[in-house]
Amino acid sequence: MASVSFEQVTKQFDDYVAVNNLNLEIEDGEFLVFVGPSGCGKTTSLRLLAGLETVSQGQICIGDRRVNELSPKDRDIAMVFQSYALYPHMSVYENMAFSLDLQGKPKEEIRQRVCSAAELLGIEKLLHRKPKELSGGQRQRVAVGRAIVRKPSVFLMDEPLSNLDAMLRVQARKEISKLHSDLATTFIYVTHDQVEAMTMGDRIAVMKDGILQQVDSPANLYNQPANLFVAGFIGSPAMNFFQVERLSQEGKEKLSLDGVVLPMPDSVAKNGDRPLTLGIRPENIYHPQYLPLEIEPMELPATVNLVEMMGNELIVYAQTPAGTEFVARIDPRVNIKQKDSVKFVVDTQRFYYFDREMETAIF
Amino acid sequence: MYVTPALLFLSAYLILPTLETVYLSFFDGRSRNFVGLKNYVFAFTDHTMLVAFRNNLLWLVLVTGISVSLGLIIAVLVDKVRYEAIAKSIIFLPMAISFVGASVIWKFVYAYRPAGAEQIGLLNAIVTSLGFAPVGWLVERSVNNFALIAIMIWLYTGFCMVILSAAVKGIPADVIEAARIDGANSWQIFWRITIPMIRSTLLVVSTTMVILVLKVFDIVFVMTGGNQGTEVIASLMIKEMFNYRNFGRGSTIAVILLLLIVPVMITNIRRFKAQEKLR
Repeated sequence: MASVSFEQVTKQFDDYVAVNNLNLEIEDGEFLVFVGPSGCGKTTSLRLLAGLETVSQGQICIGDRRVNELSPKDRDIAMVFQSYALYPHMSVYENMAFSLDLQGKPKEEIRQRVCSAAELLGIEKLLHRKPKELSGGQRQRVAVGRAIVRKPSVFLMDEPLSNLDAMLRVQARKEISKLHSDLATTFIYVTHDQVEAMTMGDRIAVMKDGILQQVDSPANLYNQPANLFVAGFIGSPAMNFFQVERLSQEGKEKLSLDGVVLPMPDSVAKNGDRPLTLGIRPENIYHPQYLPLEIEPMELPATVNLVEMMGNELIVYAQTPAGTEFVARIDPRVNIKQKDSVKFVVDTQRFYYFDREMETAIF
Repeated sequence: MYVTPALLFLSAYLILPTLETVYLSFFDGRSRNFVGLKNYVFAFTDHTMLVAFRNNLLWLVLVTGISVSLGLIIAVLVDKVRYEAIAKSIIFLPMAISFVGASVIWKFVYAYRPAGAEQIGLLNAIVTSLGFAPVGWLVERSVNNFALIAIMIWLYTGFCMVILSAAVKGIPADVIEAARIDGANSWQIFWRITIPMIRSTLLVVSTTMVILVLKVFDIVFVMTGGNQGTEVIASLMIKEMFNYRNFGRGSTIAVILLLLIVPVMITNIRRFKAQEKLR
């Protein structure tokens, strides 16, 4: 068990900056998820920590030790790769025993540790098989097993579930979360899938273009996104963005969303007269027939472009008279069709304001 | 039906000549009188034949062993350097030279002039400049076989390297990375990951080399003509067949050569099939 810290870490490949001045403290025993679109630097950050890439600037510490100069084997880490990277010529047992064998551990201890890890993962019956005789889900377990027999102080996982089908992925997600609570070790997990990030992480680090955007708990990330990117990246379907303009009405400052007049929140008024973007999540847009009680309603007239029936909800794609497109998640009992004109209702309590140029959130 | 043309060609050019050769090996030099196993008795008792067998064994072990291992070492080392393409091209270049061409080149390298005269051979120039007496590389019985073997190693190391390099590159990068994280150093990765993972290619390259070596005669033919104890099986076969016009003995040696190669061929084909099955 160990904490991990990135201190002003930069990684440069020739003239391409993959990770730009990353500062991050990961607590002992924490489950931290790096998430972001491809090429955002999340995997590079993990590989820097693993020692598979060298740091260009800054330092990485595991526990109290600076590890920049240490080779991967001396960092007390284990890693699960996206492709699992099992040794194809070795049996499952040999795959899992390899690292212990290299450490020169006695045969009996190796056998015990491999068997108990196999038992934990439910792969005792597969120990004599070769990787190519295993299914995708079994290989993934072996890869995890190979990591846990070493009892490392930090687990690194690079998109370990991305090669599994949807059903298995949900199950594997739960298993990894359980593994984390059983082992009580620091887990650092990279994914591009925000559902994985939201369900598994104690904290999530959102990255984009090599720059850390925000680190916070899943709930805070969802409810208080720091900027436009995080707001748009977390949540599915993504948050809707509207350009709002300032106007003066009856001597008071107001906002206009494609002609719909909104009151000016204090936080926005304090921000000066910079251009604004309004964010509304799809689940905060309602059909007038089915309104929850506790909202502060405001009408948003629009025309329906497309309706997707999901069973538990309708995903409605619509556009305002001024032409701004948005997505709403609507109660499935509503009878709604393409080209309908609907006066949608939005909850003004759940508005997110952003500085349009700086792209930062205004709280 | 559709295999008939192929079968016809194969029987005309491969199967019939083989059967004819086996048939001829039981007859005398003019192919007139049946002599039973006399030719085979000759093949396994004659002094020149025994020398050829010994030399061939030497060729087999040294050329196959050194070409393959050197090729493997270069393939692994060169995998990590920036000027890999150039390095590989240079090492592969001798492959493009025919045996005879290579022999001519090496004749210059091995050229010998009596002590005191100016040495035009590269090797002897080096040896004499170091203060030693010049060596007759191709006539000295202690070194001439090794001198010939060196030529083939020079020719075929590049071939082994190119094929093994492709296999080494076929190992996924993350498997090597996983091994590094698991604590393996470069040496352990080489022995415990790289070699087992390219094992089938290694076997195919080795067996191919074995076949090539068993067939070799041109180097010997051009360099020494088989004199001074440098004869190998194939060069002796040519001699018996075309110089001495003894079809019986020539055919016998050919049959022996064939019998030596067949098991190697079979393992090669088996390997190949096993590899196909993995895809």
